[in-house]
Amino acid sequence: MAEPAARRAQWSAAAVARFKPLLFIAGLLPFARWFWLGFNDGLTANPIEFLTRSSGTWALVCLLVTLSITPLRRLLRQPALVRLRRPCGLFAFFYGALHFVAWVWWDRGLDVGAMLQDVWERPFITAGFAAFVCMTALALTSTQWAIRKLGRRWQTLHRLVYLIGILAIVHLWWHKSGKNDFEQPLIYGAILAVLLGWRLALRLK
Amino acid sequence: MLIRKPRHEPASSEITPEAVWQSRREWMARAAMAAAAAGLPAWASRSAFAQSGAELPGRPNPAYSVMDKPTEWKDVTTYNNYYEFGVDKDEPAKYADKLQTRPWTVSVEGEVLRPQTFDIDTLLKLAPLEDRVYRLRCVEGWSMVIPWVGYSLSTLLKQVEPTGNAKYVEFTTVEQRENMPGLRYPVLEWPYVEALRLDEAMHPLALLVFGLYGKVLPNQNGAPMRLAVPWKYGFKSAKSIVRIRLVERQPTSSWMQAAANEYGFYANVNPDVPHPRWSQATERRIGEGGFFTPKRKTLLFNGYADQVASLYQGMDLVANY
Repeated sequence: MAEPAARRAQWSAAAVARFKPLLFIAGLLPFARWFWLGFNDGLTANPIEFLTRSSGTWALVCLLVTLSITPLRRLLRQPALVRLRRPCGLFAFFYGALHFVAWVWWDRGLDVGAMLQDVWERPFITAGFAAFVCMTALALTSTQWAIRKLGRRWQTLHRLVYLIGILAIVHLWWHKSGKNDFEQPLIYGAILAVLLGWRLALRLK
Repeated sequence: MLIRKPRHEPASSEITPEAVWQSRREWMARAAMAAAAAGLPAWASRSAFAQSGAELPGRPNPAYSVMDKPTEWKDVTTYNNYYEFGVDKDEPAKYADKLQTRPWTVSVEGEVLRPQTFDIDTLLKLAPLEDRVYRLRCVEGWSMVIPWVGYSLSTLLKQVEPTGNAKYVEFTTVEQRENMPGLRYPVLEWPYVEALRLDEAMHPLALLVFGLYGKVLPNQNGAPMRLAVPWKYGFKSAKSIVRIRLVERQPTSSWMQAAANEYGFYANVNPDVPHPRWSQATERRIGEGGFFTPKRKTLLFNGYADQVASLYQGMDLVANY
């Protein structure tokens, strides 16, 4: 009796896809919020710093949401949720790219030499930069065409997302270590640890 | 008949007429209610606080003022590093209204002939107050231009007559456990301690600050008395000072204690000596331009090299960061 009931409750891929517009709007809310704050004098005395940090935070949040799709699919027994994974990942890349541009443009003034010096000399930037390079590779290979073309290697390549998660936390941790202010890296790091730990436990079982 | 004025009564010109006082109260209440209705209680307390700034005029001192455009009052008073109230820059403005700035005494002690404990109101009258517009460069890579009100630190130090043994001056910030929520976190070793070499402290640019923009110093900016040492990174300018001690050996500042490889004793502004985690070659001037304004080039000694470079003649500025 339980079997057919469970099957009946299962969402179809088409049904899940209907949520995509809603997801799209939700993903753009942080972006819209910046404009709202901008027009309402809410970007603090240092808007550039605020936007740089905010874009980084939302990149990390979107990344963690992306990483939670697979556990959710298993726990809710709704495999069709996988259809939401790519848009979430692409939103992580969108905010990550804005975060990267903020650094390149606002902080380094488009000076390639200054950028390279930063990446070479400052470990927290090395970590963030590495995460962004990996994210770019995943975003570029996120198309249906790339999935077909890469075959089994696609999955291997996209396991980089775990490394990206770790690099992002390291980046935030080192950034905040100057003020011994570990509240944010601890919270985000704990969420990442649960998401990766769940996968590891599944594998060891 | 000789009429003596009671000593503690303020001059009648200093008393706010009741009608004015009343209308201010009403304005503040209205503003607070409107803000509370909008769900912004933090803004309400901050705004009310901004309105309460009492006048503290000084005489302009153009010899010690830069021509740069001063940073807006709102930015100067809402974007602060004052970790005793929290590490986020908006936290001092949110929580500093709890700081008790009266009664307030400052003990000046150590290697001096005449150690004394000064009442803050005595210190306010120790010398004529001056308006000086200084650049402020934060070690984090941003800068402001601030019209301070105060007088040279040397004025106070001369009062206590440093002995021949006095080589350094150490400043200690107040530690009000009840009123400073940031003290609960071990970000730094409390109380906050900073120090200068005696000749740095005696330099006329080293300013003892009581006000800002012709008003009494807001709590989040280090009331009732702080330092402004414009050629050094901002953290050298200790806030809400309760003790000044003259000593023979170089003191260890709170930041040296926390991360000696990142923060040295001198902390002179220097574009060629990077912080281990970021470059110091450029800075973002708060409130200047739009999103496409490039950062400014940071100047050696924050642009005060003509006045202070001689203090460091022959010294290796990279080793003595």
